[in-house]
Amino acid sequence: MSEALATTVTPGPSLTRRLSGFLYSHPHLLLSVLLLPPLLWLGIIYVGSLLALLAQSFFSIDEFSGMIVHEFTFNTYRQLFSPANMDIVVRTASMAATVTIGAALIGFPIAYYMARYATGKTKAFMYLAVMLPLWSSYLVRVYAWKLILSKEGIIGWAFEQVGASWLLEMILALPVIGGASLSVSYIGMFLVFLYIWLPFMILPIQAALERVPPSLLDASSDLGARPVTTFRKVILPLAFPGIVAGSIFTFSLTLGDYIIPGIIGSSRLFIGQAVYLHQGVAGNIPLAAAFSVVPIVIMAIYLSVAKRLGAFNAL
Amino acid sequence: MRSNKKQGTRDAGASWFKVGAVLGLLFLHIPMAFIILYAFTTEDKSYEFPPPGLTLKWFAVAWERQAIWDAMLLSVKVASIASLTAMILGTLAAAAVSRSRFFGRESISLLLILPIALPGVVTGIALRSAFNIVDIPFSFWTIVIGHATFCVVVVYNNALARFRRTGASQIEASMDLGADGFQTFRHVILPNIATALLAGGMLAFALSFDEVIVTTFTAGQQTTLPIWMLSELVRPRQRPVTNVVAVVVIAVTFIPILMAYYLTRNTDTVAGGGK
Repeated sequence: MSEALATTVTPGPSLTRRLSGFLYSHPHLLLSVLLLPPLLWLGIIYVGSLLALLAQSFFSIDEFSGMIVHEFTFNTYRQLFSPANMDIVVRTASMAATVTIGAALIGFPIAYYMARYATGKTKAFMYLAVMLPLWSSYLVRVYAWKLILSKEGIIGWAFEQVGASWLLEMILALPVIGGASLSVSYIGMFLVFLYIWLPFMILPIQAALERVPPSLLDASSDLGARPVTTFRKVILPLAFPGIVAGSIFTFSLTLGDYIIPGIIGSSRLFIGQAVYLHQGVAGNIPLAAAFSVVPIVIMAIYLSVAKRLGAFNAL
Repeated sequence: MRSNKKQGTRDAGASWFKVGAVLGLLFLHIPMAFIILYAFTTEDKSYEFPPPGLTLKWFAVAWERQAIWDAMLLSVKVASIASLTAMILGTLAAAAVSRSRFFGRESISLLLILPIALPGVVTGIALRSAFNIVDIPFSFWTIVIGHATFCVVVVYNNALARFRRTGASQIEASMDLGADGFQTFRHVILPNIATALLAGGMLAFALSFDEVIVTTFTAGQQTTLPIWMLSELVRPRQRPVTNVVAVVVIAVTFIPILMAYYLTRNTDTVAGGGK
């Protein structure tokens, strides 16, 4: 390293040296130089696109020509609030809420075990086991469930082996959540969403639980609380911000997904699919834009509530 | 906690949580085994279980398909350029945010996180309509722009954690010893942040390599590997071939993720904790 330095330090200030000296004595200029490229990229390309999209939701489409009318109007939003479209919003939000609750119930024991009991190698292994699915291919993981849930797939086979095919048929015969087979039912869709987003719930809960000082638990038991009481009155309240933080991800990701409802589940639309269809086949960009404002608004409300519950400290 | 292990009730609680944790982890991992299993099945019209027979022929069939090679090459190219762009932009932003306090510092994190915090469909359609408005034809580069946008935050998070750990005193020492800003960057800052950068870049690569939601909006005629898979999922041809490709995708994404983990595992913030 010193040799490299010696060769680059030449007598008399070089251009780079003068430039770096100039930047060093003008920290604000250096800051601007650092910030400019990322800010330009995200500010112009990303935020610009979002604002343009938002603006288009105030345009409308001419019913006869199918052309976009570039005049300010609330017509598109009026269309958005039609019963059929509100159905889509309610359906998507209900699924998102169910998935969130399911993920919290299944995710908590994993997070709790990781934070409280696992040590050393077990802990590292569990961390990897949760993190790998988070980053591995979303599409491959959805595809795995297409194999599992199909009519002739493993679940149907397993029910048959234990002589419980009637039970599966009974479940599938349930109104609303049932269907011809698991792969075209809401039950199947729920399972896939749960599977895909579960790691997003586990990690924030684990982070929140890691921060609970052991002395607090000792104090609780010294004061005579039984483990169950300590769990309910000390651990759970402290883990709650973590659960809320995880729910931000599970809720938001389910809300905007359009691949899973297209591959698994009934033909009824979800918000993401509505956005996709309106901009693509129908060419109705204003309505697609208005539809994509829905998850943004829902998440804005969700986030402001989550902030009050202290979820951001758990992220 | 471990000091309390003698208490019987505590142990009972622990074993319940252990059962829950093991079942939960099995739920997270068993489905992937079916992807691998069905890559070897002889049945290509349905997902019959158990597979009627096992064969290796689908690997040969997939090897012969030019469309798969083209899609894979395109995905590797997109992921490489997108993650390189993200590494530059993410590092610059992290350097700025970690060095100084300035007006709007908090909003920068929000701005960076927005592309993955908002649903992919929103990011996708926003970019698509913007490209339409300014008359940019959909191409390789529009895919890269979309991917780089949501990859920046991954590098940023990793680099920021490392910058915060690197003491300002080292930089001052380097300056005091006569190095200029560029030399300090090259010989002091870069070696310190290199592994974090590499980890961030690898995660960005994995993220970009299998991204499908934004890509469907920003691609024209180009078919990346996930887009190819999506079309096979909707209209299956030879199902086991899709599984073979899925196995390859699992391998290609697992390697960088694992490497990113090992590069940062002894530091305070392990890569991949947040996406």
